[in-house]
Amino acid sequence: MKRFATMLALAFVVVAQSASAQTLKAVTDRGTLNCGANGTLAGFGLPDAQGKWTGLDVDVCRAIAAAIFNDPNKVKFVPLSAKDRFTALQSGEVDVLVRNTTWTSSRDSSLGLSFTGVDYYDGQGFMVRKSLKVNSALELGDASVCVQQGTTTELNLADYFHAHNMKLKSVTFATANEAVKAYDAGRCDSYTTDASGLYAERLRLANPNDHIILPEIISKEPLGPAVRQGDDKWFTIVKWVLFAMIDAEELNVSSKNIDDMMKSTNPDVKRLVGTEGNYGEQIGLSKDWAVRIIKLVGNYGEVFERNVGQGSPLKIDRGLNKLWNRGGIQYAPPIR
Amino acid sequence: MSIDGAAGSPPARVAFYNDPKVRSIAYQVVLCAIIGFLVYGAASNAIENLRRAHIASGFGFWQRTAGFDISQTLIPFDSATSSYGRAFWVGLLNTLLVAGLGILFATILGFIVGIARLSKNWLVAKTAAGYVETIRNIPLLLQLLFWYNAVLKALPAIRDSYIIPGGIFLNNRGLFIPDPVFENGFGWVLLALVVGVIGAVVFYAWARRRQDQTGEQAPVFWIAVALVIGLPFLILALTGFPLDFEFPKAGRFNIEGGIEILPELAALLFGLTIYTAAFIAEVVRAGIMAVSRGQTEAAYSLGLRAGPTLRLIVVPQAMRVIVPPLTSQYLNLTKNSSLAVAIGYPDLVQVFTGTVLNQTGQAVEVVAITMAVYLTISLVTSLLMNVYNSRIALVER
Repeated sequence: MKRFATMLALAFVVVAQSASAQTLKAVTDRGTLNCGANGTLAGFGLPDAQGKWTGLDVDVCRAIAAAIFNDPNKVKFVPLSAKDRFTALQSGEVDVLVRNTTWTSSRDSSLGLSFTGVDYYDGQGFMVRKSLKVNSALELGDASVCVQQGTTTELNLADYFHAHNMKLKSVTFATANEAVKAYDAGRCDSYTTDASGLYAERLRLANPNDHIILPEIISKEPLGPAVRQGDDKWFTIVKWVLFAMIDAEELNVSSKNIDDMMKSTNPDVKRLVGTEGNYGEQIGLSKDWAVRIIKLVGNYGEVFERNVGQGSPLKIDRGLNKLWNRGGIQYAPPIR
Repeated sequence: MSIDGAAGSPPARVAFYNDPKVRSIAYQVVLCAIIGFLVYGAASNAIENLRRAHIASGFGFWQRTAGFDISQTLIPFDSATSSYGRAFWVGLLNTLLVAGLGILFATILGFIVGIARLSKNWLVAKTAAGYVETIRNIPLLLQLLFWYNAVLKALPAIRDSYIIPGGIFLNNRGLFIPDPVFENGFGWVLLALVVGVIGAVVFYAWARRRQDQTGEQAPVFWIAVALVIGLPFLILALTGFPLDFEFPKAGRFNIEGGIEILPELAALLFGLTIYTAAFIAEVVRAGIMAVSRGQTEAAYSLGLRAGPTLRLIVVPQAMRVIVPPLTSQYLNLTKNSSLAVAIGYPDLVQVFTGTVLNQTGQAVEVVAITMAVYLTISLVTSLLMNVYNSRIALVER
């Protein structure tokens, strides 16, 4: 009943006092960053057998901790289900939510959250058994589809079937784990989630090779970190940590060459690594904030390849997530 | 020395603040005011804090389009047009369905097991005892997961469905039974059913009165069967069977047509029934053991056989002990049905505090509504059981 406890906590918080607007101070006083993460999705947030968390979203949290504490391990990861995640952030149980969460207008407005950027451009897809001989999502009329509750996926699914005049039989589960297990047991013909998630979940099925992912991508799913509204300083910090990772990749500054780059004469690099100006101090961090992130966690490209790209079991192509000047749409404003 | 004078004189005058009556009223007014102030303070504080945190509040979401699909809907629900309010009713009806069926089956199973545990047959008694001790000591959530996985794993895939004669399909997507389609003239059959039920009740009352007066018994059971089942069937035959069935048949992916009973519903119902029945069995056993042995012996000495003794002497007296704790078990079952969330059955908690809460983000309103609903269901259940209890309670003369 963790969910219920969280709700009670929220009710208590909204009754007793408004959540602190001084998140940075709360985090530094506490000495750890509380990060809402997935916990069951390989490539984005998953603790391994030793309890060490890995994933793209997880590394974004580590980067925030590195920028604040100069130590990427000062993070407490709180595993959240899709349906509890916003409540946990609203109630102050976590300082930042980085849980493959889609940025939408209603989440930005009525939930009282602010998305700080996009760490992965995703889209929703479908997985089916090869034996069904289905080649397109448009052939799924009247199929049973297993889906996780409290997601944009659940809404897109209903929209897509409605728009194409297909009858839908959805079976909704509270967690992705349960939905995937039910799909694997034959309860549904198809499992749907963000395409990155499909590749990750397929590896966990009894026979991954019996399943294919259909070519259709039916939605835009920009996934990114979110913070509570009302604390602009904290919003700026979380936003610029991700931008620094992307800018570092664009400037070819990585964890391997960061020491050499400290001596660089390129003005863009000098502003990034803090040898020129005081841009880190302006956003409330130290002068070497970006160096800490890059040295201890890596730039965006390194983090991507390590967790979901060619250096990981998922082997997802970077596609849209390539930098803007290399054929993708990942783009960060300049540090200056 | 007489006390007459003292009784006749006016009571001694005390200050009004020393009057116990005034004092007790004053304390209650103050207490109510404090509680009212706390509630008002908490509510206005919550509203203010929600506003400051930019979280939407109010009940405007009720009318907004839901935009998600629900697997089991007892009333029509369309993801593209139906509102969050409609989703609430769908979830509530699903909760009431599983709670109602669960209470019915758990009561039947519980009474059987409870009586079996008192059986003189060693094997029957020990089996019942083993059932009770095993089931009531395992957390319900684990049992639900067990049943869900047992149901899914044990049943064949959709293409290898068990086909039961009569057009019934059974597979890991559920049980599919023919859906009756009523044609013109079926109204007469329904009318015959109503007449049959009323007739059976009237006959029962008449037979009872006659037995009270003359001691003669009438075959109430068989006449009731004839009236309730036989009469409608006769009309059905006379009107030329205005009833058709839509048979389920294999489609591209799923079985199409017919009535579909989801495995999630089956697993939840299994779990709730078997778990609660174990507790009801103990309640029933306690109730029967509370009836003095002398009552049974007296009945036997009057020449009553074992069956009528149990039915006419023991159970009516045992019910007085059984009903109050039985009410608690019914309430537990209803509230436990919210564990449906773990196995994907779309009950109120799953649909409303799950998807609706998440999509609207209005935790305070949604949780408050849900708590109010469970409170209402529980109070109504307990009210009905209290009415029943007062009817069977010992009437002291």
